[in-house]
Parts: sequence; structure tokens; C-alpha cells
Amino acid sequence: MTTVQDLGRPGYAHLGISASGAADALSLRAGNLLVKNPQGAAALEMTLAGGTFEFEEPAVVALTGADFDAGIPMWTPVRVKAGEHLRCGRARSGARCYLCVRGGIQVPLVLGSASTHLLTALGGLEGRALRRGDVLEVGAVAMAGIFSRPACAPAPRAPALRVTSPDNANALCAAVWQVREDSDRMGLRLRGPVLARHTGHMLTEGVPLGAVQVPPDGQPIILFVEHQTTGGYPKAANVISADLHAVGQLRPRDPVHFEQVTIDAALALLKAQEDWLHSLV
Amino acid sequence: MRMVDSSDRSLLLIFGEEISVATHQDVLRLSSLLRYTPGVTNVHPAYASVLIDFDPLAIGRLQLRQAAGELHARAHAAPLDQPRTVEIPVIYGGEHGPDLEDVAAFTGLSPDDVVELHSNTDYLVYFLGFSPGFPYLGGLPESIAVPRLETPRRKVPAGSVAIGGKQTGVYPVASPGGWRIIGSTPLQLFQPDADPPTLLRMGDLVRFVPIARGAL
Repeated sequence: MTTVQDLGRPGYAHLGISASGAADALSLRAGNLLVKNPQGAAALEMTLAGGTFEFEEPAVVALTGADFDAGIPMWTPVRVKAGEHLRCGRARSGARCYLCVRGGIQVPLVLGSASTHLLTALGGLEGRALRRGDVLEVGAVAMAGIFSRPACAPAPRAPALRVTSPDNANALCAAVWQVREDSDRMGLRLRGPVLARHTGHMLTEGVPLGAVQVPPDGQPIILFVEHQTTGGYPKAANVISADLHAVGQLRPRDPVHFEQVTIDAALALLKAQEDWLHSLV
Repeated sequence: MRMVDSSDRSLLLIFGEEISVATHQDVLRLSSLLRYTPGVTNVHPAYASVLIDFDPLAIGRLQLRQAAGELHARAHAAPLDQPRTVEIPVIYGGEHGPDLEDVAAFTGLSPDDVVELHSNTDYLVYFLGFSPGFPYLGGLPESIAVPRLETPRRKVPAGSVAIGGKQTGVYPVASPGGWRIIGSTPLQLFQPDADPPTLLRMGDLVRFVPIARGAL
């Protein structure tokens, strides 16, 4: 499945509108920097499998994220000739690959963003995944000064998903979980030992990105980019900002385990990640 | 009010554990002010809490806690606008309200009584959440509270007016849902190209107005 994504539409949660945006925002931002776009320019997010894209005019592109066997080097700007086809296959590992094009993908903005929110059919190209025959516009910009360079290494990924929690997250961190097949952009559902039920009544409250919620069946869900703005299930922990890109690369049946860290440690990791991103410029 | 770090990029302000109009007004005033704090990216008001999403590289969490505390003190004294009353026309029953007969049977009332009780009251929009423009309404008469469906519907049509437990609401967009549908409104509660994009606002009063009974 391929959708148009950018960095989402923050600022409307008080109206029940989810920010949405790229599942691996780090890779999208990196790809845009490599083709000298603004970091938040719209790009194509390919999930598990890509497709064939024909360029009617010359373009400069960059592929970032997971390796989809496209036959061009990843993590570097590449010139594409008019009439050329770019064939992206199946993910070798990871889940999402970003095709960033100099000039950005042009679609009508909804609430200031090009991101597709599939659950409410909002944004992107007609609120849906791309289909064969779709034609997308690319912004017109000069291409002088974008030349090939050695490919950058992708962002380092830790083996565990780091989480913060105001309490201890021992039960969550003690188990190895498996990503269920019914996971999507709204949430990564995990299979594993049944976590203890939260007793007592919980009022509906706001939910942040990366919350690890525990519904009545005791199987945790990592709430992800299309998550609802409010929810009524208890929360065991929250994935740190610096590891959200790794959540966006999880595939069905992948093993997942969690490690609890402090907020200060989480912020240090985020700053290191931003430093890596800016080293690409 | 107490504050909890909900994640490395969000702060949860908790006003209490109960639903009340006074708490709602606190939440309403503060969440309106918070949206304009530099570094704040999203605000999620709820019954007795406000979740603030922020960019941790733009504002520190201690700085944000301080700002939230100052705004709370200021908000408490701020006057509230007169609430708007929004009328929502509803076609109750028939194909527009497939669960109305069940709700009547469950409550021991006639369908007409259920409609009368549901429509003859003002509801407060405590906040919007769950999906774009979806109102969490307070004030459902207890006599027409009914449990959610055992198996949620895979798709509830946009505009569906429904009751779930002790709550009632309108689905602004089609979505899965476990509430019992008693009617439908032709009004669009969510229009992404409009400004504002939602018909309802936090703090509005809502009145359902029966406009026709669907044919059985």
C-alpha cells in the first residue's frame, strides 16, 4: 500500500482530528533533506511493497527507510530521466520505504497538510491509497546543485523499543511480544502474555503518540500515527520519540521487546537523532 | 490540578476523577489558552484532564509546566462566553435508526417515548475527540441509557445518532462503532474544507430536533 504523507497536521486534536503523518518520519525527513526539499515536503510512503513509478519529466529522487529492492542506491539523491521507470519491490526487511522527489508531491492540502488519514479518508490523493493509473504532480523547482554523493548510513536502530512510564513497566518489559497481522497505522497490536487488568473506572482522556495501551484482553497496543485523539484504556508506558521511527518499520510477526528509560535519557537520544539528521545536509 | 509527564513529548494535566460542569469549564478555559503557547503542537481536552503535546526541542517540560501553571491561574478568573445552542435535526427510527426498536424494548418505553426523552433535553459538549468533530455529550436521561452492542458494527454511517451506555453522540464520519443507532442527521458535523472544520465546539449546548419519523 502506498500513500502520500508529510509530517502531518498537528494543531487540531481539540477537534478530534489526529495528526497523522509519516510512520517513519525520520526517514521521510532524511529523504527530503537529501533532495534539498523542506524536511516536511510530501512524499510517497510505501508499505511492505512498492510499485512502479513512471517519471514524465526529469527528477531528482531519494529512497530512504526500508530496502524495497529498487535497483537504485538508497540514502542518496539520484537523477531520474524523463520517461524512466522506478520499480520498487517488496521490503527485504523493515516495513516502509519513502520516495522523496525534489519539489515535493503536490496534492490539495487538507487542514494544512498533504498527509493521508486512511481511517477518515482525509488528505493525500482523495483520502486513499494510490492505485495503478494515478498521476501525481511534482512541484517545479530548480535542480541545479543537487549532485550525487556517497550514500549516508541510515539512522541507527536499537534492538529494544525504549519506553518511559510514570510507574514501573516491569511486566511490559519482561516479555517478548509479537506484532500481530491486524496492525496498521492506527496501532501496532502485540501478542504475548496477558497483562494484568486495571481495576477501577477510568475517564476518557487525551492520548499521546506512542502510548502503549492495555485494553481489557490484556494484549498491549502501541498507538501510532492515525491514533484517536482520546481514549479510555489504561496506559502501561509510552515509546520514546527517538524510537517512533522504529515502530514505523515493524512488520507483522516481528518480535518486540521494551526497555524502560528515564525522560532525560529519552531526550538525549532524541537530540542525538536530530544531530544525525542534520549531518545529512 | 496535578501534572504528569505522559511521554517525552506530552504533559497531562489532571483536574480530578469525576465529570462535572465546573471541571469542564476549567478544562475549556485552560485548553483554549494552551493552544497558543509556543512549542505546543496539540491539545487534547477531555472530561477532567488536558493532554498537551509539545516539541521537546522547542520547549522544555519544566518550562511548559510553569507556563501551564500560570495559565491555569489566569484561566480560572477568565469569564466564559455564553454557550451556543446548536440544533441538530434528526430523523429517528426506521432505516435511519435501526436500533430504536431494541432500545425501546430494553428500556420498556415506546419508541415515541425514547424519541421524546432523547430530543427534549439540552446536552453539553464536554469535548471533541475519538474522531473528527465527534462530541462527547453529557446529559442523557438515565431512563434511556442502554448497553453497547455485543459486537460493534464494522461501519456506522456518518450522521448516525446513537446511545452507548450512559452516553449519546453523533458519528461525524463513518467508522466502526458499538453504540445503538436511534436516528440520523443530514447535518455534516465535519467539513474539512470549512473554517472551522467542525460544526460543534467544546462547551456548546446541543438539542436534537425530530424532523420526521422514518417509515418502518
